[in-house]
Amino acid sequence: MQPSTKTVSRASQNPFMENWDIFKRNKMALASFWFLIALFAFALLAKFFTQVIVIFDPHTVRLAEKFLPPFSAYNQAFTPLQNAPLGHIYLLGTDELGRDVFARMLEGTFVSLTVGFVAVGISFSVGVFLGGIAGYYGRKRILFSTVDSLIMRFVDVMLCFPTFFLILTVVALLPPNIYNIMIVIGLTSWMGTARFVRAEFLALRDQDFVQAARALAIPEMRIIFSHITPNALAPALVSATIGVAGAILTESALSFLGFGVPPPFATWGNILSDGKRFIFDAPWLTFIPGFTILIVVLAFNLCGEGLREAFNPKLRKRI
Amino acid sequence: MSFILKSLGERILLLVFISIISHAIVHLAPGEPSMVDPANPRLKAEDIALIRDAFHLDDPIHVQYFYWLRDLATGQLKSFKDNQPVLKKIWDRFLNSLPLFILGTILTWSLAFPIGIRSALNRGSVFDQTSTFLSYALISIPGFFLSYLCLIFVVKTFDVSVIGVQTFGMENAPWINQFMDKIWHLTIPSLMTAVGGIAILSRYVRSQMLEVMSHDYIRTARAKGLPEDAVVYRHGLRNALLPFITIFGLTIPSLIGGSVIFEYIFGWPGMGRLGYEAILARDFPVILTLNFISAVLVLIGTFISDLLYAVADPRIKL
Repeated sequence: MQPSTKTVSRASQNPFMENWDIFKRNKMALASFWFLIALFAFALLAKFFTQVIVIFDPHTVRLAEKFLPPFSAYNQAFTPLQNAPLGHIYLLGTDELGRDVFARMLEGTFVSLTVGFVAVGISFSVGVFLGGIAGYYGRKRILFSTVDSLIMRFVDVMLCFPTFFLILTVVALLPPNIYNIMIVIGLTSWMGTARFVRAEFLALRDQDFVQAARALAIPEMRIIFSHITPNALAPALVSATIGVAGAILTESALSFLGFGVPPPFATWGNILSDGKRFIFDAPWLTFIPGFTILIVVLAFNLCGEGLREAFNPKLRKRI
Repeated sequence: MSFILKSLGERILLLVFISIISHAIVHLAPGEPSMVDPANPRLKAEDIALIRDAFHLDDPIHVQYFYWLRDLATGQLKSFKDNQPVLKKIWDRFLNSLPLFILGTILTWSLAFPIGIRSALNRGSVFDQTSTFLSYALISIPGFFLSYLCLIFVVKTFDVSVIGVQTFGMENAPWINQFMDKIWHLTIPSLMTAVGGIAILSRYVRSQMLEVMSHDYIRTARAKGLPEDAVVYRHGLRNALLPFITIFGLTIPSLIGGSVIFEYIFGWPGMGRLGYEAILARDFPVILTLNFISAVLVLIGTFISDLLYAVADPRIKL
């Protein structure tokens, strides 16, 4: 980095602001970041308007008005007035049961994001927990081997499974249920986080501030969770951003094979996999969810990559 | 030598754990082969008991594990679904998957390297920015969605069929037509399986090349007056290649897991689809053996890449 007045003034700021300034320089990542913030707001609004105050009802069936292309007007001759879409227009068309695709996509936004975030939340917690234990208690011995090598061998075992095939097996055997899908995706994707966190813990374990905390006889659990963990989380959080993208893709792939989130819930994945049967007659049923997934996952990936560059000083040098 | 023995031993231990875990997952989850067709009125309670008995489903789970292990070792393992030997079934499907995998791998590696190297050498150029954005887009698109787009495009533009191994009714066509037909049927699915790999791998190549090209010995090589090609390929690329040995070992499980969706879309009778069908039919021996084989493949892959690493990098002593 070239020394400039800007860098000098930045040194006095806190590390978070410094990283944020670096993140801001990556225009695409910044745009994706604001896009995602807008999307979360949108998802919450959508949840509100499809379930609490029902303005868009994704479940209304209007058999007389099925397969209408986007922007078609609502026709009062076919459908009673209380089933009319908002503004009397089908913004994104209707599907094979005459349901409003716009309303379904709105509902799906919330559900798909929930699946992504809960799955990543699970994998993140498991990864941080196991990685932290392996890193902190690594030298302790249980029976014939150290804690560290025990946990890391388990990570190796998990890495040897063909992940998608394993998810498919478990999801197919368990009763179809949105919670099972989140849990299974979460429990098969924590290995990367565990490795990151372990490496961070190994580096932090012997630092002076940890020694100081030990010297003060602070309980070990508090050292681990309130002294070391906050310092070890940055790289894991960044990889979690990209993990959300992966979870949304996995969910859509499962839906495609018929093992996705079951019907009362609409997700982008199952709108797409229902729509693909009508790809020639009603292409919008495939293209709208398909491109939505593409754009949202792309935003997660670009944002995550930008964060990774900003929060990793080693990569930053190369920019 | 002792390193080889030690890592072999470690891997066999891993394999045992993997097989135990996958056995436990499959057997502890609800849903049994005898329950696949509960609506069938001809299936009486005593028939179900007979089926359960024949498949050892009433035994404790560890006994079932040893039955499975014994049958696998002696090659006697039979599929629940059609009573065919499992190993033969998998071998047939493996031969079908292999061309797809080989062509996909060749496409991935031969496209990812030139793209990655070029964008590393011209960092910040239009080419670099386009390829960066494109590779993110290709990672982000659901594979099956892209396949559908590609299918419609190919069928509408070139008017060829690409579903299945070959077009139905082509058996008596002249060999040149048959050959072209096969090429079409093979290329599109392998291209689809390769797309994600190309995107990811070219990013790796780019960052690896950037790292290597910033070293002092590259500056020294330039200062010596070496031609740019020699600097890039002999001094740069050769040193950037090391991590890819490991990555190559890790791509092998995609032979089963990664290909489920593509084989399903393109009607390709490979291992991924065998797995999918086995899951639908609760065909435990096939599911378990596929998992097991894929784990074996991963372990062989990482073992070979460890060995190659030691050969290629003199800093690592066996």
